[in-house]
Amino acid sequence: MNKPELSELVTRALYAVAPDLEGETIDPETPFRDQFEFDSMDFLNFIIELHQASGEEIAEADYPQLASLNDCVSYLKQKNV
Amino acid sequence: MSANWPIITKTPQARAQAVLCDYDQVCREFSWDEARALLDYLPNGCLNICHEAVDRHVDGGNGEITALRWIGRDDEVQDFSYADLQRETAKFANVLKTNRIGEGDRVFSLLGRIPQLYITALGTLKNGSVYSPLFAAFGPDPVRARMEIGEATALVTTRQLYCRKVEKWRHELPSLKHVFLTDDENGDLPEGTVSLRTAMAAASAEFETVHTTPEDMALLHFTSGTTGRPKGAIHVHEAVVAHGITGRFALDLRAGDIYWCTADPGWVTGTSYGIISPLVNGVTMIVDEADFEVERWYRILEQQQVSVWYTAPTAVRMLMRAGSEQAKKHDLSKLRFLSSVGEPLNPKAVAWSAKIFPTPFHDNWWQTETGGIMIANFSSMDVKPGSMGKPLPGVEVGIVERQGDEIAELTKPDALGELALRPGWPSMMRGYLHEEQRYQKCFAGGWYLSGDLASRDRDGYYWFVGRADDLIKSAGHLIGPFEVESALIAHPAVAEAAVIGLPDETAGEVVKAYVTLNPGVEADDSLHKAIIATARKRLGPAVAPRQVEFRDVLPKTRSGKIMRRLLKARELGLPEGDTSTLENT
Repeated sequence: MNKPELSELVTRALYAVAPDLEGETIDPETPFRDQFEFDSMDFLNFIIELHQASGEEIAEADYPQLASLNDCVSYLKQKNV
Repeated sequence: MSANWPIITKTPQARAQAVLCDYDQVCREFSWDEARALLDYLPNGCLNICHEAVDRHVDGGNGEITALRWIGRDDEVQDFSYADLQRETAKFANVLKTNRIGEGDRVFSLLGRIPQLYITALGTLKNGSVYSPLFAAFGPDPVRARMEIGEATALVTTRQLYCRKVEKWRHELPSLKHVFLTDDENGDLPEGTVSLRTAMAAASAEFETVHTTPEDMALLHFTSGTTGRPKGAIHVHEAVVAHGITGRFALDLRAGDIYWCTADPGWVTGTSYGIISPLVNGVTMIVDEADFEVERWYRILEQQQVSVWYTAPTAVRMLMRAGSEQAKKHDLSKLRFLSSVGEPLNPKAVAWSAKIFPTPFHDNWWQTETGGIMIANFSSMDVKPGSMGKPLPGVEVGIVERQGDEIAELTKPDALGELALRPGWPSMMRGYLHEEQRYQKCFAGGWYLSGDLASRDRDGYYWFVGRADDLIKSAGHLIGPFEVESALIAHPAVAEAAVIGLPDETAGEVVKAYVTLNPGVEADDSLHKAIIATARKRLGPAVAPRQVEFRDVLPKTRSGKIMRRLLKARELGLPEGDTSTLENT
């Protein structure tokens, strides 16, 4: 997938967990938890959504690399999704 | 219960080194007056939590000890000595006084874990005002309900939290006269707010701590009810007697400790054991602004050389999920005592912790209403994984059964009943604000009834079984279904809602909602999302349902009350119990 497609995939996973974010501006650089009401359970559910949408196994140790939209896109790109 | 999990025994040396080294003997001899004697008090029998937590150490020549080490999200570190805290709390108390916020007035905080929160809490107590913390992840509805019930006079918050959660309805709360914002970089403050930094800069660092009496109201902690609005549990300055001694007994706190309580100070644990108890015991407490992250937490434990760590089952389970390898990369040898609270810690997690850390996690039990730890696994005691431990010295616990208006104590080992306490310990709530009837309902036959079901084994260890009511415990937060249902019904498409807790491996329970829709409304995916979105916006993610299911009808009693318990039993495939009052399904 190219970057815009990956960005779309990540955003959809985010909305699936937190539909209240639809219509909000997402700053791609800022961690989700610093810009929205998004707690650690949301984050875990988001990882599950991301795994389902991308088919990629995401190791627990990689979670810090998935804090923001750009982080997620780079991570998935690197995994050749 | 414990059959599959071997008892974790302590060595004689470990027992001897514990603050509470001989549990049975201390239980026999203990009186609360001993705990009182460990405090300083003010003239004429007056008692003020801030004096005991801060001023006393400075007066005693320990002002230079680090009281609070704050670690920012970006790893910036700020240290506050006891003397620094004394100055900052004096300034804050002067800010309140200048604004004519006085004794008994309620000061709320809606803040993340930043230094101003700690200064607000302690400075409020110093001024004789009442401190009430709000969880920063609450949505506007829970914030408003609590500030209305608590008749907030002042609020300390950030610009972002104020604009998102308070500004819209602020003028509908006439008691709220003052809003202080902790971040005011750009100068143009929202209407009706004041810069805390500017106010503090102009305030004197000298303040004579108000001579409150032990029975003066100090803290107002909100807790959820099964029905109706949240309840404001009143705690008085005398609670500090229990905060101090239970920190020593149940958390093994002693001078020189580096202590990390990960509970958010928006809840009772984060206040009793995240502010008051550690400071009363003169330790250095670590505060991390950032949220949970496995690697970050191990790094903090190692770098800060944490000796006593108090956390929650959800966090322990997340660490366990991340695997032992990550823990083994760190030198965690300074950890002397580990404790957990919020919901029962699974035996598996206790057993895991015993392999990974120098000591296992020690579970303990208490509630907003009890103000402090009531039942604990002590450092000197063998741990039965899955048990909450034994009563604190000075605390009498029973397993009881309600038989109409009568209460019968069940003394046979392993009998299942309601966990009850004999009132009289210093940190017991003194009431629910303006809710005398609901307060009285907590007591019967000379017992305080906790609402938790438990049993006691033949060795005197207590075991949690479940809630006697419909309250939900998710990630350590106690959630009232009524508050969630009210927010769901606020969506125009929703006719009725019922909310239950579903077992969850990580969070203990997650909130699930069943809703029926108004006539003519089509149940589809976009409506499903819209309902979750509304609930999250109103309640915040910690309280809002993670799952919503559409139903044509909800099971009700003939009197019209939704049977949440039946929904849960059906969801989990459990016996349905007494359904004689069921109207339809």
